[in-house]
Amino acid sequence: MLAPEPIAVRRRDTRPVLLLTGALLLALGLAVAGWAAGTTVLVTLVRMLVLVAGILAAIAGLGRVARGVRGKPVDVVFWLGMTWLVLILGAAALAPLLPLGNADDSVAGLTSPIFAAPGGIGAEHPLGTNNYGLDVLARAVFGARTSILVALMAVLIGTTVGGLVGMVSGFVRGTTDRIVGILSNALLAVPPLILLIALGTVLDPSIRSIAFALSLLTIPSMVRLARANTITVAEREFVLAARALGAGRVRLLLREVLPNVVLPVLSLAVVMISVLVVAEASLSFLGIGIEQPAPTWGNMIAEGQGGVMEDHPYIVVVPGICLFLTVFSFNLLGEKAQKRWDPRAAKL
Amino acid sequence: MARRFLLPVLELVAVLFLVSLGVFLLLSLVPGDPAVAVLGEGRTPAEYDALREQLGLNDPLLSRYGDWLGGVLHGDLGTSLVPPQTAVADRIASALPVSLELAVLGLVMALALALPLAMWSAYHQGGRADRAISAITFGLLSMPSFLIGLVLIAVLVNSLGIFPRNEWVRPGDGLGANLSHAFLPALTIALMEAAMFTRILRNDLVTTLHEDFILAARARGMSPLRIMVSDALRPSSFSLVTVLGLSIGRLVGSTVIVEYLFALPGMGKLVIDAANQGNYPVVQGAVLVIAVIYVASNTLIDRTYGLLDPRTRRARA
Repeated sequence: MLAPEPIAVRRRDTRPVLLLTGALLLALGLAVAGWAAGTTVLVTLVRMLVLVAGILAAIAGLGRVARGVRGKPVDVVFWLGMTWLVLILGAAALAPLLPLGNADDSVAGLTSPIFAAPGGIGAEHPLGTNNYGLDVLARAVFGARTSILVALMAVLIGTTVGGLVGMVSGFVRGTTDRIVGILSNALLAVPPLILLIALGTVLDPSIRSIAFALSLLTIPSMVRLARANTITVAEREFVLAARALGAGRVRLLLREVLPNVVLPVLSLAVVMISVLVVAEASLSFLGIGIEQPAPTWGNMIAEGQGGVMEDHPYIVVVPGICLFLTVFSFNLLGEKAQKRWDPRAAKL
Repeated sequence: MARRFLLPVLELVAVLFLVSLGVFLLLSLVPGDPAVAVLGEGRTPAEYDALREQLGLNDPLLSRYGDWLGGVLHGDLGTSLVPPQTAVADRIASALPVSLELAVLGLVMALALALPLAMWSAYHQGGRADRAISAITFGLLSMPSFLIGLVLIAVLVNSLGIFPRNEWVRPGDGLGANLSHAFLPALTIALMEAAMFTRILRNDLVTTLHEDFILAARARGMSPLRIMVSDALRPSSFSLVTVLGLSIGRLVGSTVIVEYLFALPGMGKLVIDAANQGNYPVVQGAVLVIAVIYVASNTLIDRTYGLLDPRTRRARA
């Protein structure tokens, strides 16, 4: 993500110095960020700036510590992102087993306080409650479950269908290729969100049908990528050699072409996950996706509209940060994957 | 010659035909009875039947598609099912300018932000500014546009009270007022695109700056700014133009979201409201119009490569 840091070995960058300054910077950054998050002295804008500055200082400090420990520069942001992904995926997978509050039972929510302020660790509602008295932390975790499940299902469908169709069309060429081209162009001719809204008019707002709708977004670009890679691979000598040895079409596709196409397709799939998480959130934000009271990050953020955000910022901040960090981390992962496996696409 | 021009045009027509068919069929499968959606529940069966007959819902599907497409080709997109029951074409005609203005303003602002940032970043390649810009743009790319919009509202409207919110002034009622109302939504659209553009252009500029003709210009003592603007920018802009084509789809999406967020009477609001009400003629018409504009602008962008780089002109001939 960042341009490589110039590796200049300076004398003052010895291990103890790095550890000490790093730890100091980390502690200071966290302290400043924590103060800015809790204070009511400053106006919102200044508070946000101080918060961001504190977090950046903490990350820089962590980078120094890591460099001191490992003896070489470490991409701290990447590892922080991966830590977040492991945490959120783990929490999403284990959500029903975790000791969480009430996420979506609005009848039981009647007995809970509404818009309770975040109480912190150990409180009954660590991140507060919303206007139905539902627990925001529980909703964020169950929201992660929905958002990530939908995105993963859609990517799985899109990658399998799009990848196979693209491979066949690039391998067979001719009329098949032309028809596949026109069909995927027709899918691309409607802007993604508009396609989703049109589908949302028809489909019932369940996880399965939204995953299906989202998978339609991934198919055309998957087809294109798989097709382009297949065409280059199909001209290589080893494919010709296999053909000369008498391999049939299916065997050629599965044993010779597929192993060479699968890595670029998979790296696009990782990038697609973050695109789809955003798409699902947008749809739910617009009120067309998963419906209340079932939580997703998109419809949680939508709760902040109409003056709620001003009085109870945490209603928007909690799902907003979850969404941002998840998309950010998947983007980091996707960029790394594309750099390694699909150098042509890595430019984006 | 005929092959070169006719084939793409035929493919374009085929694509648009498929889109219209898809839009029509999809929304004809809407669960529930449109007659009930219009009249509400609790009427006599005869009343529903009369309305179905009037809407042509009793005809076979293909003949309905034929009627609809025939109307579309004459500029008649049908009538809204939900009051006010005006012509869909009129609704679109009043909503489209709002969206177009937002999208164009957003695009212009994105380019105005991206060009200097990319040049600054590429010139100081690997430096502190370059790394900061790279980090910020990467972060922005991970922010959905509704989050950017909410942050901007929290900071600029609620905290500083600079900009108005939630109203729309048509350009005819005062350009200044129109622009001050359009600024924040357009900025929301622009920030994400600007991040994308900056990254793309910076990478290409870095490559270009290593070329011999840049060294020659530098040796002749041209100022860095002059080299950037007059020598480096044009040969570095191909990826940008490609991405520009791709970004129009995202631009439409963020315009929809921004219109919803700021409650502006554009195409996005029209489509979302209609989708929520099951008002399918409006959804059909709006989606079709958006698709046509989208395909047309992408085709147009494909044609600009030749203008930018003479080499591709020769390669195509």
